[in-house]
Amino acid sequence: MANVIKLSKVSFAYERSYILDGIDLTVAVGEFLAIVGPNGGGKTTLLKLLLGLLEPTHGEIRIFNLPPRKARRFIGYVPQQGTVDRDFPVSALEVVLMGRLAPNSFFPRYQRADYQAAAAAMQAVGVGELADVRFSDLSGGQKQRTLIARALVGKPQLLILDEPTASVDPQVEQDIYELLAQLNKDVTIVLVSHDLGYVTTHLRKVAYLNRNLVVYPPGGNVSGNIPHWYTVNNGFGRGV
Amino acid sequence: MGEFFGALLQYNFLQNAILAGVLSSLACGVTGVYVVVKRITFISGGIAHAILGGIGVAYYLGKDPLYGAVVTALLSAFLLGMINLTARQHEDTIIGALWAVGMAVGIIFMTLTPGYSVDLMSFLFGNILMVTTPVLRVLFSLDLVILLVVTVFYRQFLLVCYDEEYARLRGLPVKALYILLLALIALTVVILIKVVGLIMVIALLTLPAAVAGLFTHQLRHMMILASGLGLLFILVGLVFSYQLNLPSGATIVIIAGFGYLGALGLRKIALGFTRRKQDESC
Repeated sequence: MANVIKLSKVSFAYERSYILDGIDLTVAVGEFLAIVGPNGGGKTTLLKLLLGLLEPTHGEIRIFNLPPRKARRFIGYVPQQGTVDRDFPVSALEVVLMGRLAPNSFFPRYQRADYQAAAAAMQAVGVGELADVRFSDLSGGQKQRTLIARALVGKPQLLILDEPTASVDPQVEQDIYELLAQLNKDVTIVLVSHDLGYVTTHLRKVAYLNRNLVVYPPGGNVSGNIPHWYTVNNGFGRGV
Repeated sequence: MGEFFGALLQYNFLQNAILAGVLSSLACGVTGVYVVVKRITFISGGIAHAILGGIGVAYYLGKDPLYGAVVTALLSAFLLGMINLTARQHEDTIIGALWAVGMAVGIIFMTLTPGYSVDLMSFLFGNILMVTTPVLRVLFSLDLVILLVVTVFYRQFLLVCYDEEYARLRGLPVKALYILLLALIALTVVILIKVVGLIMVIALLTLPAAVAGLFTHQLRHMMILASGLGLLFILVGLVFSYQLNLPSGATIVIIAGFGYLGALGLRKIALGFTRRKQDESC
């Protein structure tokens, strides 16, 4: 099975302190990996490395066997909701259309194909009716779905999500994970979350990331001295 | 009121003032929206005040101060754009420095200029009644540039303002786009200096767009509404200043301020009304 992501001995340091140290990881096509860990554990740094926004201090990252920067067109990214300005005059459809914008989009309008792709993506994640609603007027769950639609509209092969359920209530959280499990039939998914609850009990593959050495795997076992990376399998998601 | 319209038919300078009002409201409506949604009022203020440096140097060299203003505006837009993208932690300080040093340079060069004393006041506070036909031509071409660039890069600017990181991931040249946007704002500032002067530029750049933002959901609608409101503020201000014999720039800014306050009040009432309706239907 081909690898989507391959990290070999990746370390990253801000100034002199290491945020990530000696990370090895492979993600195969069709996997659904959740990376969990405490705030400050390096999750966001790892995402930025995967997206090519940061360069590793040591080690190598390959995505679809390319350096991350060059693999961006295969990646759909869903940022954490809080990072997007809340009170911005933009409709849900316009947000989704942003996913169709490419560096060579010089013609000053979106084409019919762009609108069709946007409508299809919004339909697929269940916000088809909300195209004309101002983004800031959407509920937390609707916003998250719209941002997922924006990531999907570029037809990615890898979907990366940063804290997809950080600001929604538990019912919506479950809906979003069910949506992601469904999307996982077509696309490899990697997400990070600081929330150990749903992810650790329902996802097939969970990795714990913390620069410290104490890791709490699901099931309540408290173990010390486990390597920074720890993978556990359980029954949810497609896995490989 | 009738007195103003009688004079309008009679005097060329009033007709020019109205034309200048139309041209500047277009510019401030379009780029002002970006200033408001991207929250870069302070940067725009920095550019406005730095321009005085260019005006002073142009005077000293015996060149047209309008061209000095355009060159300095573009230079400071480029400088502030680079700083925002490379040394963001010092951005505040650097804008403040540019703001004050630009003005200082302008004042010194104006003082050094031999011959008649320069009318510093007209740059600080503007005078829409002194806009000549050649100046109108320059304003028109600046407007044309601004509208053309915004039409072509509307989607790119939207993404850069909305979500810079995502724009970078889409492979957009974020740095170049941001500097281009600041350059457009700088050109708008040059246009507005003629109308309200550099000290009060910020009012016309932000207030019409802020009012429009209260009532619209899309950037392009916001631009159209902001341009209309800008024109309304300028014209009403012009009439009042003419009738009451008050300085035009200051009167226009006061009208814009009242417009913003009124709009906030109106929206509050409108929100309360819909809420009451919802309560009744529950």
